[in-house]
Amino acid sequence: MQIDILFITLMLLSSAAFFIGRQRASKIVQGQIQSLHSLPSFYGFFAAIWSGLPAILLLAAWVVFEPAIITNIVIANLPEHITSLGQSHVNLVVNDIHNLTLGNLTATEPSAEIIAAADQYKSLQATSHMLLTIFSLLLVFGFGLVSVRKIHPQLRARNVVEQVIKVFLFLCACIAILSTLGIVMSVLFESIRFFKMIPIDDFLFGLTWSPQTAMREDQVGSSGAFGAIPLFTGTLLISFIAMMVAVPVGLMSAIYLSEYASTKVRGIAKPLLEVLAGIPTVVYGFFAALTVAPLLRGAGISLGLDIASESALAAGLVMGIMIIPLVSSLSDDVINAVPQAMRDGAYGLGATKSETIRKVIFPAALPGIVGGILLAVSRALGETMIVVMAAGLAANLTANPLDAVTTVTVQIVTLLTGDQEFDSAKTLAAFALGLVLFVITLLLNVIALRVVRKYREQYE
Amino acid sequence: MNVEQETGQKEMELNPAQTKEAMDLQSKTPKVDRENRETVGDVRVDDPRMRCTDINVHYGDKHAIKGLNLDVGKKEILSMIGPSGCGKSTFLRCLNRMNDTIDSCRVTGTIEMDGVDINGKSIDVVPLRASVGMVFQKPNPFPKSIRENILFGPRIHGLATDKDDLEEIVVNSLKKAGLWDEVKDRLDQPGTGLSGGQQQRLCIARTIAVEPEIILMDEPCSALDPISTAAIEELMLELSESYSICIVTHSMQQAARVSNRTAYFHLGDLIEVGTTDQVFNAPLHQLTEDYITGRFG
Ligand SMILES: Nc1ncnc2c1ncn2[C@@H]1O[C@H](COP(=O)(O)OP(=O)(O)O)[C@@H](O)[C@H]1O
Ligand SMILES: [Mg+2]
Repeated sequence: MQIDILFITLMLLSSAAFFIGRQRASKIVQGQIQSLHSLPSFYGFFAAIWSGLPAILLLAAWVVFEPAIITNIVIANLPEHITSLGQSHVNLVVNDIHNLTLGNLTATEPSAEIIAAADQYKSLQATSHMLLTIFSLLLVFGFGLVSVRKIHPQLRARNVVEQVIKVFLFLCACIAILSTLGIVMSVLFESIRFFKMIPIDDFLFGLTWSPQTAMREDQVGSSGAFGAIPLFTGTLLISFIAMMVAVPVGLMSAIYLSEYASTKVRGIAKPLLEVLAGIPTVVYGFFAALTVAPLLRGAGISLGLDIASESALAAGLVMGIMIIPLVSSLSDDVINAVPQAMRDGAYGLGATKSETIRKVIFPAALPGIVGGILLAVSRALGETMIVVMAAGLAANLTANPLDAVTTVTVQIVTLLTGDQEFDSAKTLAAFALGLVLFVITLLLNVIALRVVRKYREQYE
Repeated sequence: MNVEQETGQKEMELNPAQTKEAMDLQSKTPKVDRENRETVGDVRVDDPRMRCTDINVHYGDKHAIKGLNLDVGKKEILSMIGPSGCGKSTFLRCLNRMNDTIDSCRVTGTIEMDGVDINGKSIDVVPLRASVGMVFQKPNPFPKSIRENILFGPRIHGLATDKDDLEEIVVNSLKKAGLWDEVKDRLDQPGTGLSGGQQQRLCIARTIAVEPEIILMDEPCSALDPISTAAIEELMLELSESYSICIVTHSMQQAARVSNRTAYFHLGDLIEVGTTDQVFNAPLHQLTEDYITGRFG
């Protein structure tokens, strides 16, 4: 039987067990549900879980291990002259065999031995599927029967079901955590490989970034320098410009919306700000590259300034606009969390609106606002699309916002796009950059969340 | 329900002779009918600090205060009682125009303070609120040091700039509020770190610091324990030697203990005003009697 059909069958059988279990539970007590330990449907779930779970687990294990086992058997049966050619050749052959069994085209015209191997693969697969079908059906019926027979009024079906649900939810949480861990680990290990080629202090403190490594010995202009300082400064410069735009504008608009605006204005302005947050960053990107950058350049020429067409200023300004809604909605939240009693207290003493805001509300909300700004900074550091489109590739070490700079994220993108070998220093450098970015944003987020939480506790 | 319990306690506290006398008075005086919403009793006093005439308050469509007339005398404690939602807080907030901060709220009528209508368009609320201070139900010290809490008002009103003068204000206000001995060593610690009763006295000290003429208190003890409540009641009696105090309270014992005059509110109407003795012992209106004897709550 096909795996998917088998799976559906198992699910159906286990649902059937649900109905049988439920029925049996109410029949045992002649409809007197109160004398059951749990509600009848819990007995149904009990039967369904017992009959379905073992079979599904078997199915899962089978699907995971089957291909590897069959492949190994087939390799073991390959003639001497193929296996003797070494691991990489065997891999190619195995690839061909897989393609043949799936009915795909193979890289080369298959030889008789390979066709034979593919046939063997297919027949092994058929046998294995048959075994799987038999075993899983046996499991379903066996466990189903046992569990249904186990049903009696004192059986604590509810507790069992709750326990299973708990384990299931726990596994889901594990998947989330493990996959994060997996990503971090893979970035970490690739970075370590990179640091074996390029010393870590050259990377962290080097002043030149020129990741083109020489393919041939005599190639020119491919020094392969991996000093990341220009990328860090570029990232910081653009983020700084972005925050210079986003923090004042976002904060002021939050204060306006939460303290001054009438309910009507608030009802219109808040959704509008949220629209700003919903614009895809790629749109901001071409807005920066095609509208703001030429505009700045034109303005620069009329002022006699030389502004690069991929200036940090253009990217930073647009990134700032993108972050405004984030800053304003986070600040709006914390400002609203300042209790009305604080405002009443200040107004009651004769403070004006602006005095109340400056002397009571703002200081009270400050920790929360700082937390929000830190979150916004980490967003700015990791932002990719705008800078890919609007900031350049030139790794200039400069603090002049009118020059072109590049950022960590832009370099990661350029290092990994196009045809790449995955073990050159050039591509591994992307992992190292990613690691640095990850560590910094993680730290910022942790600090920010702590600050915000502290602040929340202050007002219960 | 709260009120019923307290009324019970109240009656137990009254001495038997007084109660008897009161009963006699009650049975002799004909009661004003429940349906009648005209204010009974004397709303006017000689030489008032504040005189409210024909006050109406609306929240949107809701008519929260209906044609109210009432005087606040000099150096008296006026208590306002009544079932919750009857408009006591709303009226109190008219007296320093705190209702201005609520968008949907409209106040009409005249409120004269020393002969000037504070409801007039030309009146600046900043000095008004300095001379009519307010203490709220829940203690609300600012998240600043005790000293800065006291100095908040004097600073925004520019009462003093000299460091010594400011310090004197801090000391005097805390002393008047009876908090000085408890906090004199920790003036730089946050006001939010005090106990509930201390926080409320800090809020009173903060109000006194701007030298008001009238202090409005909206259920100032409802979040406090009995000992703190006693401390604050004592404080009110002391303060009434120099200020007028208007207090909203849900506790009839408290009204009886501290106030000179009592006003009873019912669903937006001012039903009865009189000396505290008279209102509690010989109410003229049937609704007042229902309320203080616990038949309505
Ligand atoms: N901000 C407000 N908006 C709308 N209605 C309000 C507001 N505050 C109070 N009210 C209404 O006005 C009436 C009087 O309220 P309030 O003065 O707080 O009563 P009390 O202090 O006597 O319990 C109540 O019915 C209440 O629902
Ligand atoms: Mg109230």
